[in-house]
Amino acid sequence: MSGARIAEILAAQPPPVSPWRRWRHQYGLAALGGTIVLGWIIVALAAQALAPWAPNAVEVTARLRPPSTLHMMGTDELGRDVLSRLIFGARISLITGIVVVTIGAFIGTVLGGIAAYAGGLIEEAIMRLTDLVLCFPPIILALAIGAALGIGTTNTITAMLVVWWPKFARLSRSLVLQQRSLEYVEAALVAGYGPGRILWRHIMPNSVGPLIVLVTLDVGNAIIIFAGLSFLGLGVVPPTAEWGSMISEGRELVAQWWVASFPGFAILSIVLGFNFLGDGVRDWLDPRSRRQ
Amino acid sequence: MLRFLVARVGAMLVMTLLATLVVFLIANTVPGDPVLAQLGDQAASDPVFVAEWRHQYGLDRPLWQRYVIFLDGLRQGDLGRSIRSRRPVLDDVEEYGPATLELATVSFALTLIVGIPLGILAAVKRDSWVDHLARVISLLGVSSPTFWLAFILLAVFYGYLQIAPGPGRLGTIALPPPTVTGSYLIDSALAGDWDTFQDAAAHMVLPSIVLAAATIGLVTRTTRASMLECIRQDYVRMARAKGSRESRVILRHVLPNALVPVVTLSGLAYAQLLTGAVLTETVFSWPGLGRYTFLSASALDFPAIMAITLLVAVTYLVINLLTDISYAILDPRVRR
Repeated sequence: MSGARIAEILAAQPPPVSPWRRWRHQYGLAALGGTIVLGWIIVALAAQALAPWAPNAVEVTARLRPPSTLHMMGTDELGRDVLSRLIFGARISLITGIVVVTIGAFIGTVLGGIAAYAGGLIEEAIMRLTDLVLCFPPIILALAIGAALGIGTTNTITAMLVVWWPKFARLSRSLVLQQRSLEYVEAALVAGYGPGRILWRHIMPNSVGPLIVLVTLDVGNAIIIFAGLSFLGLGVVPPTAEWGSMISEGRELVAQWWVASFPGFAILSIVLGFNFLGDGVRDWLDPRSRRQ
Repeated sequence: MLRFLVARVGAMLVMTLLATLVVFLIANTVPGDPVLAQLGDQAASDPVFVAEWRHQYGLDRPLWQRYVIFLDGLRQGDLGRSIRSRRPVLDDVEEYGPATLELATVSFALTLIVGIPLGILAAVKRDSWVDHLARVISLLGVSSPTFWLAFILLAVFYGYLQIAPGPGRLGTIALPPPTVTGSYLIDSALAGDWDTFQDAAAHMVLPSIVLAAATIGLVTRTTRASMLECIRQDYVRMARAKGSRESRVILRHVLPNALVPVVTLSGLAYAQLLTGAVLTETVFSWPGLGRYTFLSASALDFPAIMAITLLVAVTYLVINLLTDISYAILDPRVRR
């Protein structure tokens, strides 16, 4: 190696960094994501106080008004205030996203844990079922089920749950398999604990990190899919204010861009927030993955 | 290798059979009643008419009989008859399939042409502005709702700047080229009709960008991560130590190894593009299977929904199988 090459390599070493820069480097994204998500949660909780107008108040004389001081994000085709609808829409998006992912994660984790712990025929059956559901793309299967069940938030959540649990079943199975061969599980077995207790009290707490990461990253995903189903006319019953259906109502209105653009930015920001937060949580729980 | 192949194909066939059961159960055990959705109030209130209609579509038989009939039809290539279009679903698939195939294939090409070089650059110029740009592009691609992205692009490039054509596959006055393959690009080129070719290509730009947005992000991220993994290996240091030029080290030593996971992902990405077109096609009024699925679901046209869902699952399984096989060819360790 020539002297010049060595000098080049030395020069490529990062300069020493200040503590603030290191903190930003390590937790910056997570903090940003957390702030966005927290902001939306506050908006959703305080919707009643924050919204300048009632979300479904129709005002025929003020149809399709551009953004102004009176209606900061303009009004839609029925003269409803876009900002107020957007604020109330945060409730539905957050609730559906979190409900779908937590229940889906719970079902998947339990099934995956049982599969890994029971082994044999039970494991085979559960994992084949998992593969089976995974070979249907979520939006099409949810569309089919949702169409069959009918329009409405509960039905759409049910449809999404049917397709949502398998990835968690796969992850939790592989995590439990990893843990099961470790010594502390053997110790618990020797101590005479039953499988339920070992699974719930010993293995799960040690496997929970990657599950939390997947849950956080997945909420954004669930919010997008729910909004997509709403856009297609499934998610909510009109006139409920929901971001996907707001975009659907404004999709023909190119000149009145504000009707469809703002709800889209809302979805984008909340999804980015959950993605940042998930990446941050992963770095925090598993330093090896940092800066890959 | 042969044993590997037999095992994979066998597993795929079992999965396909199970998929038919899932699809059948969804369509036949859930509460939605196609009678009301299809016949309208007046016809639905006439019991004789309803009974006749139910009989015509076999809805009055027990569940297991309907499943056997469904399977027997599938065996003969009969996907059922659409309630909405009143003709065999297979005919509908033949009509709308090529539009989806064309769009997905163009989006797939776009995904690879943008995603792989961007991923390589991001890895080689790590922490530079290219890397940050790649990260922003993939994050935005994965995080923006497709239907909204479609609206924004249409509003900007069609509505305001007027440099892109509107929704649909061709302009309103244009006639489609004589059908050979069903792909307007190929058919118009075959007919030597370059005006139509240009028209079709222009109509392709926005939908393919929208459809490819998410997959570009995935491919970029995977290529980057895999390149970084490979750059650290000893054989790369060896190549550098021997004095190979950096471009040669990257392109000849790192890249071929780094692309193995990308190949796997590409298979899945293509499946995702083929099946993920529901929202994109709906916004762009693209007369493909995605829009057809949406229209069928809105009309509770269960035979059509069943057939499409099944078709999609089988497409997915086949692409998965092909990916596994290509993976086994690229990496002999997988064959066990």
